[in-house]
Amino acid sequence: MTSPLQQKFKVNGPVVVTANRTTDGIVIYRTANGWSAKIEDAAVAMTSTVALALLKDAHADSVYAIGSYVAPVEISESKEIVPGNLREKIRQAGPTFELPVSG
Amino acid sequence: MYVYDEFDRTFVKERVNDFRGQVKRRLAGELTEDEFKPLRLMNGVYLQLHAYMLRIAIPYGTLSSKQLRMLGHVARKYDKGYGHFTTRQNIQFNWIKLEELPDAMADLASVGMHGLQTSGNCIRNITTDHFAAVAPDEIEDPRVWGEIIRQWSTLHPEFTFLPRKFKIAISAAKADRAAIRVHDIGLRLYENEAGEHGFEVMVGGGLGRTPFLGKTIREFLPKRDLLSYLEAVLRVYNQFGRRDNIYKARIKILVHEIGAEAFSKEVEAEWAQIKSGPLALDTITVADIVSRFQYPAYEALKDETEALESAKRDKQFETWYENSVAPHNQPGYAVVTVSLKPEGAPPGDATAEQMEKIAGLADRFSFGEIRVSHVQNLVLPHVAQRDLPELWRSLDALGVATPNVNLISDIISCPGLDYCSLANARSIPIAQGLTRRFRDLEKQRDLGPIHINIDGCINSCGHHHIGNIGILGVEKNGEEVYQIKLGGRSDSKAQLGELLGPAVPAGEIIDVVENIIDVYVELRKNPHERFVNVVHRVGLEPFKERIYAAH
Amino acid sequence: MPLIKDGRIVEDRFVRLDEEGPLPDVVPVLVPAERFLGNQAEYLAAKVPLGVLWPNNKRVSELEPYLGRLALIALHFPAFKDGRAYSQARILRERYKYKGELRATGDILQDQFLFLLRAGFNSFEVKKDADAAAFAEAAHRYSIFYQPTGDGRTTALRERLRRFHANKTSASVPDKEHAS
Ligand code: SF4
Repeated sequence: MTSPLQQKFKVNGPVVVTANRTTDGIVIYRTANGWSAKIEDAAVAMTSTVALALLKDAHADSVYAIGSYVAPVEISESKEIVPGNLREKIRQAGPTFELPVSG
Repeated sequence: MYVYDEFDRTFVKERVNDFRGQVKRRLAGELTEDEFKPLRLMNGVYLQLHAYMLRIAIPYGTLSSKQLRMLGHVARKYDKGYGHFTTRQNIQFNWIKLEELPDAMADLASVGMHGLQTSGNCIRNITTDHFAAVAPDEIEDPRVWGEIIRQWSTLHPEFTFLPRKFKIAISAAKADRAAIRVHDIGLRLYENEAGEHGFEVMVGGGLGRTPFLGKTIREFLPKRDLLSYLEAVLRVYNQFGRRDNIYKARIKILVHEIGAEAFSKEVEAEWAQIKSGPLALDTITVADIVSRFQYPAYEALKDETEALESAKRDKQFETWYENSVAPHNQPGYAVVTVSLKPEGAPPGDATAEQMEKIAGLADRFSFGEIRVSHVQNLVLPHVAQRDLPELWRSLDALGVATPNVNLISDIISCPGLDYCSLANARSIPIAQGLTRRFRDLEKQRDLGPIHINIDGCINSCGHHHIGNIGILGVEKNGEEVYQIKLGGRSDSKAQLGELLGPAVPAGEIIDVVENIIDVYVELRKNPHERFVNVVHRVGLEPFKERIYAAH
Repeated sequence: MPLIKDGRIVEDRFVRLDEEGPLPDVVPVLVPAERFLGNQAEYLAAKVPLGVLWPNNKRVSELEPYLGRLALIALHFPAFKDGRAYSQARILRERYKYKGELRATGDILQDQFLFLLRAGFNSFEVKKDADAAAFAEAAHRYSIFYQPTGDGRTTALRERLRRFHANKTSASVPDKEHAS
């Protein structure tokens, strides 16, 4: 397996770096200098150079975060960052149906 | 049910401590994720889309009420209040935190449960008939052999780092309710012409990207040789199974590439060397295991024909009875399937409350015993027939008495893209949509037994290859589309389904399934001709025509 | 890389030869399989203790004729997840009764020690110092074993039977504490 850092990737449109938090597994996003559980805090990259730099920082923090990778996002008209595909939507917002509730 | 003794309990505790240390090393940065991953997988801990998932072994699908109650407790305390029963008779929790995992495991260990060998490239939890020891068509309790294999395979020093995961299933009945031909090893316990019991050994079955049915490599294996023979199979696989490509690493590929005959030869040569060694099962050893199984102290009852007839005047009870109650090998008793497939719900999910209350019902009505079936339902295996009406009312109040067992809404579904990090498409919403579309129970009964299996990727955890209707989610240009297979079956006439044609978009899949069902209804010779038999009789053409003609 | 032998951190006395180069005649040598198999006669005649570094994709039965002469067999784990050498070790110990040093090399973490010991290894080339230091503790994390291997540890099955019979003779009731 090639390390994600050696992967060549093209960035067409905005992307963020995302991962799961080691302690509890929740979805986190790379910010300018750390991590956040909120996608609105994510650092958005428009070029592969910037994305690669974010990814490199993310991998350097491998105790805190697992499996960092680059994921597409969209910027809405109101300038909000929204996940760019179904998988990322589900990661951000949870399963697409109501979860069973216990009495 | 098998009762753990101090050895088993000590072992499980030692396991929790071992894992606690590993989690500590991971959180302190002493272990990288690459190093930690195989260790957590050995304890059933996966990383899913939103969180860690903990899968807990339910050996051969048998639970005590105390254990089920503990699962409810874990669901409440460490998760979001529910759990998901899987096609491997396990349960998984979807929202567990790594920091809390050792504590959750310690709680589970207090009732002899753990996540060992529910993931990773080892011998996985042994599965068997959920009607074991109560089915009238069985020759002996297959769980005894499941337990013997479980102990032998537990942290096996040689077989914990196999090329790939390894699944073993056992059946000891005429009807195969354990899908043994789609396992890495399928064991069929039967009586030969000389009147001895032994195993037919099938190897190399499996689903996934390259589905195969298992091939028989030994017609009759005496019981005493079970472990030495398994050790020989595993030793051959461990050394010669492919490790260069994850998609070619299962034993089915090895068997396919070198041929069942050559494989069998290799196994026999190895077996000859170890057959009379310490793995040979003498009668005392087996008797010791058997003695640790507790069987209910059944009352001497008679079949309650009359009382049941009068109870059946309640149409709802009758419907449930006809559908969800199976015969027991003891007079006056019955086997009850508890449906975890209510309309519109994720198949196989149960809330903490349901688990706790079903545990209570098991105490009252089923000698404290519960089974998990590979079709993601629960079973109360020892219910006195006179208690059926009362049990039914309680189950109904819990929402687990939908009389749809084996009917079209008794869907098997993998978690799919809503949870699983490997998924290409969602599966649960498709299951939910289908149960809503076919909500009419009378219509379902009219259609007869139909098994729908849904998968969110080719790994096929939901067994779509052997569904009468198998649905596989794939991703095409960022959209979810679904392939359909027809004619698969997992019973003793196991067969893989055939691809119907091009995948259909998510928005059409429910209609398409309904069209398939319409074709079936038009073509069946009589209301008793089953869906799968019609598919085999008429072939795929009539279905293709209906589905694709308009396009 | 620290080497553990028979439970202690020790100096590796074997000099590892690569593909080329002459055979030293005073120190014990560890020779790669390829090189050994090309010139068995030469190596077997050498005056020094001899070890062979055996890859995990070759049958160990090929080594059988030389086992009496070998002081060390090093089996390789290219990755933690690659468990082929466990089978090789058991075959060497249990089938061919190999008595010399059996060493695990490659991707070795403390979490494998017990598996390795049970398969018949008695020396370990460990990746991390911390893991080497943890050897004694890691080797005793479990006291219950479910399967017989050549390491002689008694299994739960046998231990149960033993206690059962012991109890029977002292006329007490066998331990049958019930978990449910
Ligand atoms: S079949 Fe694929 S999507 Fe479904 S649970 Fe298995 S791996 Fe995940």
